Amino acid sequence: MSLGVLMLVHTAFDRAEEVARHWAKNGCPVIIHVDHAVPKETYDLFQSNLSDVTTILFCKRHRCEWGTWGLVAATQSAAELMLEQFDQVRHVYLSSGSCLPLRPVSELREYLDERPNVDFIESATTPDVPWTVGGLSEERFTLFFPFSWRERRFWFDKFVHLQRILGIKRRIPRGLVPHMGSQWWCLTRSTLINILKSPNRRSFDRYFKRVWIPDESYFQTLTRLYSTQVESRSLTLSKFDFQGKPHIFYDDHLQLLRRSDCFVARKIWPQANELYSKFLSDGAEAMPRQDPNPGKIDRIFSRALDRRVRGRPGLYMHSRYPNKSWQKGVTAERYFVFQGFSDLFEDFQVWLSQATNAQVHGHLFKPAKAEFADRQTSLNGAISNAPKLRDANPNAFLANLIWNTRGARQCFQFGPSDSQPIAKFIANDANARINVVTGAWAVPLFRSNKDFSLIRAKAARLQKIETEALRHMRAPTAKARIKIWSMAEFIEAPMEPLQAIVDEVGNKQPELMLTSPTMRSLDGFGQFLQKLKNEGMHPYLMGDFPVEAPTKSTAERSKPRKPYLVKK
Amino acid sequence: MGALSTYRLRLQRKRWRIRAFRKRRNLTPVSDRTEKIVSSDLIVVSTMRNERVRLPFFLQYYREMGIKHFLIIDNNSTDGTAEYLTAQPDVSLWSTNASYKRARFGMDWVNWILMRYCHGHWTLTVDPDEFFVYPFCDTRPLNALTDWLDASSIRTFSAMLLDMYPKGRIDEFTYESGQNPLDVACWFDAGNYTIQKNQRFGNLWIQGGPRARTFFKDDPQRAPALNKIPLVKWDRRYAYVSSTHHLLPRGLNLVYDEWGGEKASGLLLHTKFLSTFPEKAEEELKRRQHYAGSKEYKAYANGFADNPDLWCTWSERYMNWRQLEILGLMSKGNWA
Repeated sequence: MSLGVLMLVHTAFDRAEEVARHWAKNGCPVIIHVDHAVPKETYDLFQSNLSDVTTILFCKRHRCEWGTWGLVAATQSAAELMLEQFDQVRHVYLSSGSCLPLRPVSELREYLDERPNVDFIESATTPDVPWTVGGLSEERFTLFFPFSWRERRFWFDKFVHLQRILGIKRRIPRGLVPHMGSQWWCLTRSTLINILKSPNRRSFDRYFKRVWIPDESYFQTLTRLYSTQVESRSLTLSKFDFQGKPHIFYDDHLQLLRRSDCFVARKIWPQANELYSKFLSDGAEAMPRQDPNPGKIDRIFSRALDRRVRGRPGLYMHSRYPNKSWQKGVTAERYFVFQGFSDLFEDFQVWLSQATNAQVHGHLFKPAKAEFADRQTSLNGAISNAPKLRDANPNAFLANLIWNTRGARQCFQFGPSDSQPIAKFIANDANARINVVTGAWAVPLFRSNKDFSLIRAKAARLQKIETEALRHMRAPTAKARIKIWSMAEFIEAPMEPLQAIVDEVGNKQPELMLTSPTMRSLDGFGQFLQKLKNEGMHPYLMGDFPVEAPTKSTAERSKPRKPYLVKK
Repeated sequence: MGALSTYRLRLQRKRWRIRAFRKRRNLTPVSDRTEKIVSSDLIVVSTMRNERVRLPFFLQYYREMGIKHFLIIDNNSTDGTAEYLTAQPDVSLWSTNASYKRARFGMDWVNWILMRYCHGHWTLTVDPDEFFVYPFCDTRPLNALTDWLDASSIRTFSAMLLDMYPKGRIDEFTYESGQNPLDVACWFDAGNYTIQKNQRFGNLWIQGGPRARTFFKDDPQRAPALNKIPLVKWDRRYAYVSSTHHLLPRGLNLVYDEWGGEKASGLLLHTKFLSTFPEKAEEELKRRQHYAGSKEYKAYANGFADNPDLWCTWSERYMNWRQLEILGLMSKGNWA
C-alpha cells in the first residue's frame, strides 16, 4: 500500500473504471475526481459501478476547465482524501482517466521503494524552457486572466496586450520562485503534507487562482519549497504537439509503448482496445520485456511536429500550399540550368551525362514539347511532355519534376527560344544553379544558311528575350546561384568553367575530367556579328569578337577541341 | 477580403441553402431509417444512378471503416440499385426522377440531406466509385481520425481525387460485383498535379492526373478539378457550393497550410475507369446531365475511340496509404 493513485476523470468512464480496478487490484488505493460538469446520472452510475472496491474512493467534485484553478482544487481534494484515508501510502501518483500503466504496478512500486524520499515532478524555472502555449511563460505568473483562452481567445489576447501596455504586474508571494512542468507527478507523502498543510496555503492558493494554467505550476513551484529531493522528470509519458495538446496513443503504438521505459502513458484513445487489453491483463507481467527505447517515441512525435510545422520543402499538394516567396527554396532539391551550352557545344548533353551522374534533359521548355532525357515522352510521376499541359502552369511543372526525381540530380537546357515564363521562377529559386553563356544562341543562327533578313530578325528577338531573362537573374530578388559569362569570355578559357560545372553537378569519380565536349567551329563568327551590326542589329550579349579572321592562336583554340586536361 | 465580398458569400450560402430546401420536394423517401442514427455516428452521403454492380463493395468498404449509416439519393436507376439498397439495414434511401442538372448536379439534394440529417455528425460525401483513404486507415478506424480532428478543433478534412486505372485497355478486365475495384484499377499518376488558389472561396483548385494527361492535353484549363473536401463535421449552416470541391463558409476550405507546413489529409481513390465505364460514358453523354455541357464525357468518348489505355511507363502501382504519403499525395500532418 505504499503507492496511492489520484485519478482525474471527465470522460470515457468505462476505461477509467478498468484502469482504477487495475490499480486497486494491484494494491494501490485510488481516489477518483470526476469533473463537476459531468451529469449526475453518469457520475452516480460510475460511482456505483466501482462501489464493490473498498480502496477506490471518490472525492469532492470541482468544475475543471482547461487552464483554470479547478484542476488544482480537484487535485488538492483528492490528495487530502488520500492522505487522510490511507496511512500507509508513501508516494502519491497523479494520473488521469486516459492514462494507462505500461509496466506492471509491482515494478513501479519497487522503483519507488528504492527511492522513498524522491519527488518525481517535472519542474523548471520559466525562462529556461521553451514549452509555452500562446507565447506566455513568465507572464503566466504576473498578469491577470479573466477571459477563457479556449472560448474567448480574442478577449484573452486583447487583455494580455492591454496589461503589457499598462505595465501591470502581479506581485509573486515572497519566497516563491515560479516553476513549470508536466502536471502529472508522483510526490511523497511528506512533501504533499507540507504543501497542503502549509501555514501560507491560503495566500498561495489565492495567488495561484489567478495564474494561467496553474495545474502546470502550483505543485511544481511549491514542491521546490518543501521537497528534500526533487527529480525533475515525470514518470508519465506524455507528448505534446505544437498546439500544446497531448498526442494520443492508438493500437498501432503497442510496440512503441512496450519499448518505453515510462511507467504510465497518456493519452490513450478510449477505443484502443488492444492497448487496454494488453497492458491491463494479468499477463502483463508475463509479457516479454523488451529493451527500453524511449528515444524512438520522441523521434516519431518530433517528426510529426516537423511535418506539421515545416513540411516537405518543394512539395505542393492539397494540404501544403505555401504562400509565394514564403519559402527559401521553392523546389525540393538542387538542380542545374544551362543556357547557351548546347548551342556552343555539339554534344553538350551527352558529354554532361557521361561526365557526371546526373540526369540531363534537353530543353524542357521548348515550345514544341518538353525534351526529357533519353527522349522519353513522360517522366517520373507521369509528367507528360505535352507543351500545353506544361505551359498551363510551368512553375508547377518544374516543381513537380524536381519533387518526383528527388534523389537524382537534374540538369536541363534553357535558352531564349524556350517558353519564357519559367525564367523568373528559376532565378528566384535558391535550389537553382544557373550557368549562362550569353549570346550563344547566335551560334546556330550563324551556322544556319537561312535568309539573312530572317536571321537578323530572329537574332534581334532572341537578344531581347535573353536580356529580359538576365534581368531576372541580376535582380536583387534572385536567390539562385548564377554564373554568367559572355560568349567571348567563355571561349577564351572554356575548360575552367566546365571543370567547375562537373565538380558541382557531381562527378562519377572525384577526379579530373577525362573528356571535354566538342565546341562548334566558330570560324567567321566575328564577321557574322559584324554583318548583323551592319544590318542595324547590334548584338551585345556575346562580348567582343574580333571582326578579322582570327589570329592563329584563337583559330587553334576554336578548332574542334582536343581534350585539354590539367595534369597534376 | 472586404466586408462586401464577405457579405456576398453569405448571401450565396443562403441561396444554396434555400435552393436545397426547395429541392427537397424532388426527393421521395423509399426507406427512411434515419431514426436509427445516434449522435456519435459517422455518416456517408451519396447520390447515384445505376451503380448496382459497385454497391456491395462500396458498402462493405465503408462499413469496415466504421460508417454507421448511409444516406443515399437514387436518381432514377433502372438496374436494381434501389431494390438492393432498400434491403440494407443501415441505408436510408430517397429516390428522385427530377433532373440531376437542375438540382445543380445533385448538390441541392445532397445539401438538403446534410442539412436535415447530418447536423453535428462527421459526414463523408462520396460517390460510389470513390474510396476514402486517410493516414493510418489500415490500423485505425475512421472515428480515431474524427476524434483527433475534434480534439484539434478541425472541422474539415481534405482528400484529393486520385484517378485509378488499369494497365491496358479499360474494357479488357471485367469488373465483377463485390470485387475490390482497386484489384483491377490499381495504377495512378504520382506527381503531375497542378494547383491554383481560388481567391474568392479560398480553396485550392487542382488539376492533373491521367485525365488531364490524355483527354485534356490540348486544353488543360478544362481538365476536371480534383480537389475535394469530403469529410466535414456538418453544421446545418454549411453548404457545398460545387460538388464537394468547396463549401461555404469559406473558412472551411482552408484545409491546407500556407506557411510551409502540412496539414493532415487523405485521398479519394477514384475508380471510375473500370470495364463499366465506356458504356456509362456513352449513356451519360446521351442524357446530357453533366457539368458544362457534359464536355468531360465528350472528351472521354473521343479519347477512348483512339486510345483507351491510360497507363504509361511512369504510372505507379497502388500499395497502401504509406506509399501515397511518401509520394506526397497525402500527409499525416502532426497526427502520429
